[in-house]
Parts: sequence; structure tokens; C-alpha cells
Amino acid sequence: MSQFTFGRRQVLGLWAALMASAAMPGIAWAAQGGRLLVASDSEPRSLNPAIVASNGVFFIASKVIEPLAEAAYDGLRPLLATGWEGSEDGLSVTFHLREGVSFHDGKPLTSADVAFSAMKVWRALQNIGREVLANLQDVETPDPLTAVFRFSKPMPLQLIENALPVISAVLPRHVYEVEDIAGVTALVGTGPFTFAEHRPGEYYLLKRNPSYWDAGKPLLDEIIYRVLPDRAAAASSLEAGEVQLACFSAVPLTDLARIAKVPGLEVVTKGYEALTYQLVVEINHRNEHLAKLPVRQAIAHAIDKEFVTRTIFQGYATAATGPVPATATQFYSPDVETYAFDPEAANRLLDEAGYARGADGTRFTLRLLPAPYFTETVQFGDYLRQALAAVGIDARIVANDSAAHQKAVYTDHDFDLAVAPPVFRGDPAISTTILVRSGISAGVGFSNQGGFVDEGLDQIIDEALVTLDPAARVALYNQFQRRVTEELPLINVADWTFTSVAATSLTNIANNPRWAVSGWADTELDG
Amino acid sequence: MPRVLRLLRRRLLASIPVLLIVVLGTFLLLNAAGGDAVDAYLSSIGGGSAELAQELRQRYGIEGGAVARFLIYASGLLQADLGWSVALNRPVLTAIAERLPNTLWLMGAATALSFTLGSALGVIAGRRPGGLCDRLLSGVSLALYSVPGFWLGLVLSILFAVRLRWFPVSGVETIASGKEGLARALDIAWHLTLPVTALGVIYLALFLRVMRAGMAEAWRQDWALGARARGLSEWRITLNHVARNALLPVVTMLGYQIAGMVGGSVVIESVFGIPGFGRLAQEAVSARDAPLLMGVILVSALVVIVTNLAVDLLYGVLDPRVEA
Repeated sequence: MSQFTFGRRQVLGLWAALMASAAMPGIAWAAQGGRLLVASDSEPRSLNPAIVASNGVFFIASKVIEPLAEAAYDGLRPLLATGWEGSEDGLSVTFHLREGVSFHDGKPLTSADVAFSAMKVWRALQNIGREVLANLQDVETPDPLTAVFRFSKPMPLQLIENALPVISAVLPRHVYEVEDIAGVTALVGTGPFTFAEHRPGEYYLLKRNPSYWDAGKPLLDEIIYRVLPDRAAAASSLEAGEVQLACFSAVPLTDLARIAKVPGLEVVTKGYEALTYQLVVEINHRNEHLAKLPVRQAIAHAIDKEFVTRTIFQGYATAATGPVPATATQFYSPDVETYAFDPEAANRLLDEAGYARGADGTRFTLRLLPAPYFTETVQFGDYLRQALAAVGIDARIVANDSAAHQKAVYTDHDFDLAVAPPVFRGDPAISTTILVRSGISAGVGFSNQGGFVDEGLDQIIDEALVTLDPAARVALYNQFQRRVTEELPLINVADWTFTSVAATSLTNIANNPRWAVSGWADTELDG
Repeated sequence: MPRVLRLLRRRLLASIPVLLIVVLGTFLLLNAAGGDAVDAYLSSIGGGSAELAQELRQRYGIEGGAVARFLIYASGLLQADLGWSVALNRPVLTAIAERLPNTLWLMGAATALSFTLGSALGVIAGRRPGGLCDRLLSGVSLALYSVPGFWLGLVLSILFAVRLRWFPVSGVETIASGKEGLARALDIAWHLTLPVTALGVIYLALFLRVMRAGMAEAWRQDWALGARARGLSEWRITLNHVARNALLPVVTMLGYQIAGMVGGSVVIESVFGIPGFGRLAQEAVSARDAPLLMGVILVSALVVIVTNLAVDLLYGVLDPRVEA
């Protein structure tokens, strides 16, 4: 009977065995979190997300340098800030910082770092922050975990919140407080991964941050971004198992159906909702024909949006109704002027506007500049040429590369129609109203360079900028959408988000609306 | 060797205006293209305000006129300073030093493969022009020569890397493998197998055809008949007399090919994800990075000049009648 008695020894032994079995997976995990290989199509010039707020930079740098809060499907998920509140008058916003967060070099995160980042970097240097935070006067730091942002004009908290994931990457002051902040190439932050190595033309290597504030995370040991500028190479590398993830539609739409059938790979369409791109026809209102509203309406009627989403985007896009995409549920309004595909109506409008068809069936000629940034924008340019030919407008395509297109459209205004892919960044005030607001100086990319002026629209835009009540602000943006579709300063054709192709062994992916550019702390690789 | 010294001196002097024209031409062409480095950069990050563009132009040192910018660049060049790449944010020389070895390896291996194998097969084909061997090899070489390089690269990649998984899809070596010495060299060789094959096979066909044509011509010469009349063995006539006389155009071809490969490898480098010189040039153009592009073209021009010099020296060795 003695072998069945439970003595002190056996209990201790059992306890130790239990502990060991509980700890074992933990140990195995830490040792075999694994190396995630990701395809990357570009090597950004600067990787500092506090200075350059762009998807190409965030794709890599958001794992190293974190913002105050990141986007979630139900609002915002606090990261470096645990909470925030705005003052009644809209002149200040107070951020409460997370306790026990340290930078990769071991120094603790304090409100001084946030104040430095906000005043010296986001507001002074960042491409988006210098617009959104233009009225930021000062950041006070009453204690190490509190930062109070003071504005010279009332600032809607809603706008600040929507901008946080994009503009608020926090830099350590002790590393970056030098004369030439943009010249610092080191990448030091609080993120789940540390920046280990960059071999130009080959790869970026990120390593697990063992002292990340969210204990137990990240779950991966390493992330390697392989530089694969050729899209066919990205697809082949996935098929051969040399990379496990390709984001931002690195695999061409035409290859997706084939790739989806490869065992061990899946096509993921979620995780980009807050990075919606808009397919837009930009219009130069200096052109005497295009200055007439009926002509713009005729062009809108000539475009078969369903055909565009079905054929050019292979179904991975939705027809747009106005300047705010339906994925922006907070602001989207379907109550707008719509233009059904109706070539007859288009012809009638043009006839009535006094543009009779000439002997060759042509009413007038326009220059059409499709943006070269995406295959789809170029293909849509070809489609638009045909669609306009059907209603008697001869659109001649002018093909440029990125730099030449940028200069021709946004600086020289050397176009009649252009195809552009602006991004909707979570709030119309960040990068959408600029597409139609008047008075923007030449040289500003992805903005109203078509010379469109509408005082009514400008008033709505300006009022929304200082309206503090969220509901009133949304109402103004609903008016904005209606007015844009009525006046047609530009024509919104389709809204699309990207696709990822991922190994099925990769879990916890696409779990927030900006996933590709978030921290990936919970992403896990099985087996 | 006075001939060699004379040749060297003449070529060195002649190369100065050549390089000058190359640099000036590149600068003018890039200057004529729409948009500058800041336009290219801003379009890649989704735009920015007018002040930002202004600041960046100042920072990149491109706000001055074209003449002033060229003079600054040229004066730097005279002090052996290739300048600063605005797109890569590094000295041009560093960027070139990172990329050139990859392309030289790729090019060198492909050239060696195509030259040796191509001329050897050319000798076999040219031994009896019109024979079965010749027809077979000529047919195959014609087919290979008509294949576009990128297509061959993609097919090789899909077949041997994606389907069979014998070779890696892309890259020059296994990432962060920590391999050293021989293991690393073997790793690089394994990675370069497919791109070298893709690049080499097409030129192989070219060498084969040039060699064969030269030999077919040589067989008709009186001295070939004479050699046969003297009772020399068939192989001795083929190798020592006919093939040797047919070698000159093949060597000329070699010079051309090396020059062509510096530019022509861009497609293969893209398909196989090799960070090489061709890709660097393409990146420089799309980023409107004048110093980088001029650096790339300048170094390419140097490679071509040195190759031509080597070919000329080789002529003298192969055919003593060729004088400097």
C-alpha cells in the first residue's frame, strides 16, 4: 500500500512536474517563436515613422517605434497612452502614459519624450503631422506620465483620435534631440521588435524585444523583410515557401486565384479597412470644357463603375459613391448625388452643353494622365479613354513615371484629366478635404491642383475643422459628401483595400483595420 | 612591351573625353525628364506640403539651377568624390560598392559559361559545316537566342525553384545564415545558378553562332585546303588552324557582351531579386537621383573601357598581325 500514499516528497515531486509541464511550452515558445519572412517591395529612404508617416515606412518601422494608440475594429487600442481626454473648450488634450515602458536602450518612456516628439518632430517635420497639428502651441508635462497638448484654436478630439495611429510615433528624446533630427538613422523605440540590421537591396532584420511592456509578447523571434521589388518574384517566393507573408497586394490580382489554391497559403482581404485607397478622376477646372458642370456630369455618367470593380479590380474593390469610402463607417453617408452608368444621358448632357460631335464623331480632345503608382490606375486610364470615346470625348493618354507625373499634375497643372489613388486616412480632415479645398499652393501632391473653387464647400470644410461636437462634425462631413458629388470637383470611381497572401501557419493576422502597419506583437507562427 | 604601353597611353587619354561625354549626357538626359528627386520622394510617401518640398529641395541640394548643380558635381568628381545619393541617403561610392560585386559575379560567371561552352559548341558545329551536328546545334542556338531573357528567367524560376525546389527563388545568399568561408561561397553559387544560367544561355547561343560562322568561312580558305593536303590530322586542322582563325570575331563579341551585360542584367536581377548594378541604375532613374545615376553610368563606362582594352590586348596575342 505504501506506493499509493501521498507523502510530502510525492506532493512536491508532483508539483514540480506540473510546474515543469506548464513552463515547458513557455520555454519552447520563447526558443521557437520563429522567424517570419515577409516580402517587401521597397526600401524607404528614411525609416523614421515620426518624420515620414507613410505605409511603406510603417510596414517596417511600426514594429520598432510605437504610436500612442493604434486602430482597432471598435475604435482605438491604447498603446503608449492608456487614456486621454479633451477639454471643454477644445484647446487642450491630456494624455496619460503607460507605466513601466522603456525604450530599446533601457531608458524609461516619459512625458518629456512625448512632448519632444510632438513639438520637434510631428508638428515640425512630419508630412501629415505638420498639417493636423498646425495649431499645436505647446506640450506641458506636469508629471512624467502626463502630457497636455495645448492648441491655439479649438481642436476636435475626434480628429486627434483618428489621427493618433498615423501621426503619434514616439521617439526617445535622448537619442533624437540633435540639430538634424532627420539625419539620425538609428531606429530606437518602445516597440515589440528592435531594429537589428539592414542589408541594402537584400533584407531588413528585426529581433524580438525581450523587455517589451506587454509581458509575454511578442510571439515571434525575428521578422525579416526580404526586398523583392519584382511582383512575380514575390508570388514565386510565397509558393516556394521562402516568404510566409506578402502584404499591400504584392501578389498581382490576376495571380490571386492561382495562389489561393496553393496548399498552405491563403489570401487575406481583411486588415486594411483604415487604409482605403480611392480611385479618383482628377479634373483640371482651368480647362474651358471641364469648367462646365454638365461636362463633368457627362463624364461621371460615362464611367461604368461596376465594370471597373469587376474587371480591373477582379472584384477586390467596391464602387464609390462619394469622397468618403463606405469602410469609414464613422463618416460615410450614402445620401449623395449618384451618377448611374448611362452613356445616353452623357451624350445628351454634352449635346445640350453645345458640344456637337464633329465629322469624326469627336466633340473635343483632352489630355489624360493616369498615375503610374498602381497597375490598376494605369489600367483604369485605358478604360477611361475608351469610355470617353463612347461619348465623343477624345482622351489622349500621357504616360509618365512617378516623378514626372507628380510634377506634371501637382506642380505644373499640365493635365486635363488625371487618374489618382488618394488614401482615406480615417478622418476626412487628414487627407481628403485637401483634394477639393481651394487655395492650396502649387506643388502639394494629392491635393486640389485642378483650380476648383467653391465657397460653399470651403465653408463646410473650415467649419468642420473647429467643430468640437462629434455628431455635429459628422453632420458637416455628410454635407461635404453631398456637395462634392453635386459639384464634382473630382469623380470618385472605386474604393479598394489591399490583399495579403499569408502562410496558413501564421496566426493572429489581419486583426485590426491597419494590421499591415501595426506592431504585430501578437502574431504567431506555428510549426 | 612598347606596344602595350603605347596602347595603354593612347586609351587612357582617349577615355577622358569619353567619360566626360558620358557624365554630361547622363546629367542632361536626367535633367530633361519631368520631376526631380523631391517629386519622386513625395509621390512615394503620399505627398506633403509645399514647405516640406521646399525644405527637402534645400536639404538635397537641388534647388539651384542645372548648371550650378553640374559644376558642383563635376568639381567633386575631380576630387574623386562621387557625391551623395539622395534616394539611398548614403554616399554614392558606398552604394556602388555594395552592388557592383553582385553584378560582377553574375556577369563574370555568365560570361565564362557562355564563352567557354558557346565557343566549344561552336567548334563542334563548325567542324563540319552543314553536317548533322551543325544543323542540330545551329537550330537549338537559334531557338535559344530568340528567347527573351526575362521569360527564360521566369521559366527556370518556376520550374527549378517553385516546382522542384532545387534552387532558391531569389536573393544572392541565404539571409542572416551566419555562413562563413567555403560554406558561404557554395551558398552564393547555389543562389546564382539559375540567374547565371538564364543570362549565360542566351549569350552562349550568340558565341556558338559567331564561332561556327567564322569556322565555316575559314574552311573555304586555301590554307585550310593546304593543311589538309599536307596530311595534318582533322582535329589538328580544326583546332590549331580553323578554330584559331575564327576566334577573333568571338573575342570581339566577348567585349561587346560584357558591355551589354552591365545594362542587360537589370531584368535578370529583378526576376531573381539580386541587388545588383542594373537594379541600382533603374532605382536611380525612378528616384531622379542624379549623382547616383551618374556614378553608376561612370563605373559602367569604366568597366566597358577596361574590357575593350583587354580585348585589344588579347587581339595582339591571338593575331600578331594586329598592331597597336
